[in-house]
Amino acid sequence: MTERPTDPSRLAQSAARRYEYAMTAELLSTRQMARFVADGYLRFEALVPEELNELGLAEMRRLMVERGRPEGLDPPHTGTPLSQCYPPPSAIGDFLRLPAIAGIIESLVGPEPTFDHDWTHHIPAGSTTTQALHVDGITDSADPTFDIQLFWFPHDVAPGEGGTRFVPGSHLRRVYASGLDRYHHIAGEMQAHGPAGTVLVFHHGMWHAGQPNPGSGDRWMHKIRLNPTVPQARLWDLSDFDALQNPPSDHIFARTQGDSVAHVFRTWHPWMGITDYRNEQLQRARLWRYLTGDETYDVDHYLTRLEGRAGLVR
Amino acid sequence: MSERQQVLYLWATGSSLDSGTAGWAFHDGTDGAGPPLPDTEPPYPDGEAAMRDGWMLLQSAQLIPPAEGDEHRNSYLHYEFVFERRIRM
Repeated sequence: MTERPTDPSRLAQSAARRYEYAMTAELLSTRQMARFVADGYLRFEALVPEELNELGLAEMRRLMVERGRPEGLDPPHTGTPLSQCYPPPSAIGDFLRLPAIAGIIESLVGPEPTFDHDWTHHIPAGSTTTQALHVDGITDSADPTFDIQLFWFPHDVAPGEGGTRFVPGSHLRRVYASGLDRYHHIAGEMQAHGPAGTVLVFHHGMWHAGQPNPGSGDRWMHKIRLNPTVPQARLWDLSDFDALQNPPSDHIFARTQGDSVAHVFRTWHPWMGITDYRNEQLQRARLWRYLTGDETYDVDHYLTRLEGRAGLVR
Repeated sequence: MSERQQVLYLWATGSSLDSGTAGWAFHDGTDGAGPPLPDTEPPYPDGEAAMRDGWMLLQSAQLIPPAEGDEHRNSYLHYEFVFERRIRM
């Protein structure tokens, strides 16, 4: 991949254009939110315009080289409100202010989350380095709050050529980061790929790993972690909520609504046995209670059954 | 002549050797001189298929009841089976 220097005038023009529509965040739907809860991620193919991908790639290169230098390009301080991160002219800032990206962020962690950290991930062509499967940070808290991590791939990534490996449905498990090293392969794992501008959004608990890059071009990706500052309740586009929100009686062994949030929460990832699967359904229902504020929500009666019996004990 | 060890971890979706494969890892003490894994994903549909391909069971997972209050939170893969093959070099 050839080096492209940043053109400041192009960057400024790009920023000006994007600011014109930055206030119209394109929020996620209820169906997308349910998918995020069931799978732990959302994928958006070629979401970022080509011009911004080019500018972003140049800025990622700069940030990787200059980060920490006295006169260099530095990331924001941890804890900086999102609206103050990467002010214009900045391609990374323009990315964060794209209506689609702003909508994803607002739907999941609110309109003004804080910057946790970011990192440019560069895997040179031909690299054989394999990262062990891990979760970022430390073992998760037991409460349902979550951070998101945005992965921006500013150029085409062919299947198997250095895209991040991840395990759909792994995000709600409680593990130590180093405890996952021994899992070299898990049935149903995926590897990020797609055309330039593809974006992945992870729940922070997602199991993932950097991969070798047998391709002929370097692989670049910018990862940004954001922390919520408000309860993550009903922040998305709720226009399809009433149609999809199932009653707590929705039970696969009794009656079901069909197309519903519960239907999405019955996603059975191929690496899960029956106990894992049912526990995951219960955890998804708990997370959905937090996201919706509906303390009666359930799928397949697991929570309601336990809570009903617990109320009988004197 | 010496022997080198190949080790295969299989994680199953259930507690039985014929439960389906959830994950796997291969550690090759022969440095590539011994037989490879089958070129399929997963390499074996279950532990019995691995045994039929010459793998000897070293260890299977204990069944440990969940701690009270921790019954409904998943963590690591429970059902770990460890196999070995000894390869003459």
